Amino acid sequence: MSDPSKEWPLWEVFVRGKGGLSHRHVGSVHAADGKMALEHARDTYTRRMEGVSLWVLPSAQIIASDPGDAAALFKPAEDKVYRHPTFYKIPDGIKHI
Amino acid sequence: MYTTDLSGKGKAETAAAEDPAMLATFEARVAADEFIEPKDWMPEAYRKTLIRQISQHAHSEIVGMLPEGNWITRAPNLRRKAILLAKVQDEGGHGLYLYCAAETLGVSRDEMTEALLSGKAKYSTIFNYPTLTWADIGAIGWLVDGAAIMNQVPLQRTSYGPYARAMVRICKEESFHQRQGYEIMMHLAAGTEAQKRMAQDALNRWWWPSLMMFGPPDDKSPNTEQSLRWRIKRDTNDELRQKFVDITVPQAEAIGLTVPDPALKWNEERGAYDFGDVDWEEFYAVVRGEGAVAKERMQARQKAWEDGAWVREAARVHAEKKAVGNRQLAVGAR
Repeated sequence: MSDPSKEWPLWEVFVRGKGGLSHRHVGSVHAADGKMALEHARDTYTRRMEGVSLWVLPSAQIIASDPGDAAALFKPAEDKVYRHPTFYKIPDGIKHI
Repeated sequence: MYTTDLSGKGKAETAAAEDPAMLATFEARVAADEFIEPKDWMPEAYRKTLIRQISQHAHSEIVGMLPEGNWITRAPNLRRKAILLAKVQDEGGHGLYLYCAAETLGVSRDEMTEALLSGKAKYSTIFNYPTLTWADIGAIGWLVDGAAIMNQVPLQRTSYGPYARAMVRICKEESFHQRQGYEIMMHLAAGTEAQKRMAQDALNRWWWPSLMMFGPPDDKSPNTEQSLRWRIKRDTNDELRQKFVDITVPQAEAIGLTVPDPALKWNEERGAYDFGDVDWEEFYAVVRGEGAVAKERMQARQKAWEDGAWVREAARVHAEKKAVGNRQLAVGAR
């Protein structure tokens, strides 16, 4: 059996579709280092002009929220509808607001 | 390209030992067409079934590079050669998208590679048939990729997020594969008598194996029910097979080729074609590894893996040395 410590590490790949857009996660690649990860990302995720810029970063460096905490993290926003402009009733006659 | 689940050997993974409350919440989410993401709770059987299905699918893409790669150096002209190179590269890419998706379920790339090379993991039976003539490249694109699209389009809505997203990318690219194949067949069918014979011969040899790609008939496919409920699968094998026949027969007729099935007949009442029985004995023989070029395919993959070992090792050691060097520089600069 292979030794897991000898497997090339995993890198997450982000592509900027075109100038003006932010980088978006598209998948991952294995590579020995960052330079190779960029090369693999280019070959794997941009064969059809999908992007103008690439980011790669070690998957192990991503700190993700726990789905179990989703309610604690995101539910409180639900009852704060006053954070949205549509919460406020403004008479039809009032313009530019 | 695509493979159906081949290694279940008649026993579906069961969800018996799970926490009933967690399981109920999970099933409700899936039933509501929500996506399950890597860190979400999921039943072990769901995880195992997905690892098996996605890795088999990935293996099929990788092994699928071999029959077509066989013709790259002998493509009839530069245009066809550039197209075939791009297609085979796409298949490699599809394999990589899928391996990544499987890895989010906690299996490593090397474990999957080992399962393939040891013969433990299956891949689509279709790739254990040889590519004898150039027309086979046309038939593969048209029929094999056509069947793959039929299988894969519904999987864009499969319940596991990373798998569904990989399928979206794959489906976008697959359509070029099918069209270039059909174009090859179209040209051959409109060519000399010998070229037309070659196209018909390829259709004759690839038709039935393509129908087998949808997997065993529904009454012999025990995993189907659970997989449908969990939205790992969205249509049954027989439904997809019927759809493929209905779409493909007129395409063959349009270019003057004949589907090699004497029982094929339009059924007005059903609004679909009736077609002959698939030789399932042949299918199971190929699943058992008795395909014409099964050994050759495995040897090619083993050789690629072994020949690449020094490259993987050298790149890893080089990266480690560089990382140590950088750390020392950083310390020295303080």
